[in-house]
Amino acid sequence: MEPARLVQGNEACVQGAIAAGCRFFAGYPITPSTEVAELMAERLPRLGGKFIQMEDEIASMAAIIGASLCGAKAMTATSGPGFSLKQENIGFAAMCEVPCVVVNVQRAGPSTGGPTAPGQGDIMQARWGTHGDHPIVVLAPYSVRDTFDLTVAAFNCAEDLRVPTIVLLDEVIGHMRERVELPGQSEVRVVDRRRPDPSRTAPEDFVPYAHTPDLVPEMADFGSGYRHHITGLNHDERGRPFASPAEVDRLVRRLNGKMSLAAQRWGLFQEVATADAEVLVIAAGSPARSAKEAVRSARQAGIKAGLLILQTIWPFPAVKVADLASRARVVIVPELNLGQLVGEVERYACRGRGEPRVVSLTRVDTELFPPAQIYEALREVR
Amino acid sequence: MRYEFRLSGQGGQGVILAGIILAEAAIFDGLNAVQTQSYGPESRGGASKAEVVVSDTDIDYPKVTVPDAVLVLSQEAHEAYGRKVGPGAVLVADEEHVEGPWPEGARVVRVPIARLALEVTGRELTTNIVALGVLTRATGIVSAAAVERAVRARVPRGTEELNMKAFAAGMAAVRMSDEVS
Repeated sequence: MEPARLVQGNEACVQGAIAAGCRFFAGYPITPSTEVAELMAERLPRLGGKFIQMEDEIASMAAIIGASLCGAKAMTATSGPGFSLKQENIGFAAMCEVPCVVVNVQRAGPSTGGPTAPGQGDIMQARWGTHGDHPIVVLAPYSVRDTFDLTVAAFNCAEDLRVPTIVLLDEVIGHMRERVELPGQSEVRVVDRRRPDPSRTAPEDFVPYAHTPDLVPEMADFGSGYRHHITGLNHDERGRPFASPAEVDRLVRRLNGKMSLAAQRWGLFQEVATADAEVLVIAAGSPARSAKEAVRSARQAGIKAGLLILQTIWPFPAVKVADLASRARVVIVPELNLGQLVGEVERYACRGRGEPRVVSLTRVDTELFPPAQIYEALREVR
Repeated sequence: MRYEFRLSGQGGQGVILAGIILAEAAIFDGLNAVQTQSYGPESRGGASKAEVVVSDTDIDYPKVTVPDAVLVLSQEAHEAYGRKVGPGAVLVADEEHVEGPWPEGARVVRVPIARLALEVTGRELTTNIVALGVLTRATGIVSAAAVERAVRARVPRGTEELNMKAFAAGMAAVRMSDEVS
């Protein structure tokens, strides 16, 4: 463990990425994510890595896909307007099974919105911003330490499942500095993609998109002798764009099957006083911090309140939410948008037996929830 | 114990750096600290605000709710944050750039902060560090030694001694009657 020091969320993101093995960053700086690019520019060259400022966000996304196909662990960072531009290539990464990490430090939207103001308006965009049924994993940190941990997890998940993985920060967490002890390199678990073993698989026998039972085919680095075709078109197991309807069906179902694997292996959450909670708060990102304080005050006032902090937003932790909600009378969902997470909560919390009432708390005035606002909601519904 | 600082001024006056230094100093003193900021899209001008929460336990909510100490370096900042300072809290104001009115019941510490910076270091750029000196002595929450160490760690290389002078001038400008008892 490194000694405790004052660290910014965006800095912890960079440190986590490097600890996870990231050695390529392409980006186009945008507030409130700029520190990620700045620090990558400073640190990567010293580690033998590459930093490149591209002409825009579209090219940045394309560059990290290219780097990843050549075997590097690669990342880009942006905010809402840039995240919109990256969507087309994010879909390409999902279709071609290219591991990569996209950091989106959310600011207030829509459009250019508030460059320095917090928001969580990209929760649905992170899942469904690119067209077509596709797999994508989205992790949302709520503290500086969590930003380090979830950035490491994002790389590991991307490598494990060959899916694009989003680190969905918000301005509060990205810009915030707090006292934190970060793990040393030896304490970080690093996952690498599975590559074909030349002693077992000759290049001519390599099937780059094999529908293996574990859903994740081995991935060969470009230039390592395993020549194969990569296309965003529907393709067969060899990567050729001549797939039959049956083959297309198999491909799309296998790709999206990775979401179930992600839920099992990368479904991350934290619970605070949920064991006997009758009033449950479900939050992600910075509102989780307001909620934590509100729940503590509520407990002191004798209210049986609990908190579920969602670290993995997509795949949505349906099993956990359904379980806790079935034991609660009321579920409160505070978020810095007009109600995006709450729709998912309702979908899984309201399933028959012991159906709780779901209360949506929303803010789009660019301010974080004061704990008192959540506490008042807890008091009203108890 | 939870103690909340709010530092405000014009963009470019360095209140965010001052907030970072203050938070780091608290950590050097063995305390917990969180620093947040809010500013407009412009790189100079506009209103700028840094918030620092210091505690001896975990800090969940990272923002200020009821500030214990507020710094205002401009009239605009005063209108937004200074006039709302509650009874018993400390209000540090640059007396040549803020003309009041002063909130009732607050402990108002008026110092010509920007002028002192110019006089002592020849550079108005050190205003934020003079202000840190005033805040440090007027609140007594973080030690002067810790703030000095944090200033040295965070200011541009080669300007350390200049900034030490600025810090000392801010400390010295707090009258005995304004010191925390």
